[in-house]
Amino acid sequence: MYDFLDKVVLITGAARGIGFAIAESFAKAKATVLILDLNQEAIDTAVNRLIDLGGKAAGYMANVTNSKGIEELFARIIQEHGKIDALINNAGVTRDNLMLRMKEEEWDLVLNINLKGAFICSQKVFKHMMKARSGSIINIASVIGIMGNAGQANYAASKGGLIALTKSCAKEFASRNIRVNAVAPGFIETEMTATLSDEIRAEYAKVIPLNQMGSPLDVAKLCMFLASDESTYITGQTIAVDGGLTMH
Amino acid sequence: MDIEAKVKQIVMDKLGVEEAQIVPEANFIEDLRADSLDTVELVMAFEDEFGLTIPDEDQDKLRTVGQAIDYLKGKLG
Repeated sequence: MYDFLDKVVLITGAARGIGFAIAESFAKAKATVLILDLNQEAIDTAVNRLIDLGGKAAGYMANVTNSKGIEELFARIIQEHGKIDALINNAGVTRDNLMLRMKEEEWDLVLNINLKGAFICSQKVFKHMMKARSGSIINIASVIGIMGNAGQANYAASKGGLIALTKSCAKEFASRNIRVNAVAPGFIETEMTATLSDEIRAEYAKVIPLNQMGSPLDVAKLCMFLASDESTYITGQTIAVDGGLTMH
Repeated sequence: MDIEAKVKQIVMDKLGVEEAQIVPEANFIEDLRADSLDTVELVMAFEDEFGLTIPDEDQDKLRTVGQAIDYLKGKLG
């Protein structure tokens, strides 16, 4: 459906999970997919899988919280690939704990990777997109950033922050034709949720109007829309992919 | 091309103004209608063109075309 031929799409935290599903969808749509992640082995596996599908892909080992490292890496990517058409800030972690038990390290780690990482990558990519006078930045937030969740104060704060970052960047970058949107997945079937029992799954499904969990592909399809020219008049939005869970 | 001509060219390209408007006393924001993002972009373009780094604290010194030219001459001369 989408054609991203000659488009360069950079996805952070894309070696596994939802990030990889996004990478796979873009690769199938002919994009040049650049995977950023922390583990070289996982990156190689992911890149090889995309190439086996007939896609164009390259991987880079990088930590999104390392400002200087990301700046240098993006400059190298521009040299190697000429441009970055879309950045998808997907890298994220959870360190769940009740407020009373949450350690500062758990707070800092989650805020650093999920929120500061997106700040750094957006700042560094903006420099290049600004010159190109075009680009799409997509922040992978979460319904937890909209609703909050007991035991996830750090994660909720990081994702809520990401939604606010999205709006500020959208306003700041709009005059340069760079759009910034957030995608808020709800309950999505991933390695992380695969371990949940059928009972818990049924409980989740009960509160979702569409009565089932989503797939990583549902998230990927929205990312493709937001990165494509089909959404050129959409910026600063947070769109939930959640089966109706957070409708308002 | 000398520094002055290069600066004028960059200002024309970035701000889409006529060469006649680019006089030394022209203030980027007040006279040439640059927004705050434009001024950052101008500084980045100067950095690229002349192969130098302009520290954030120096950016306030480059408010007019003449100030930019003098600053760059000082750095490069």
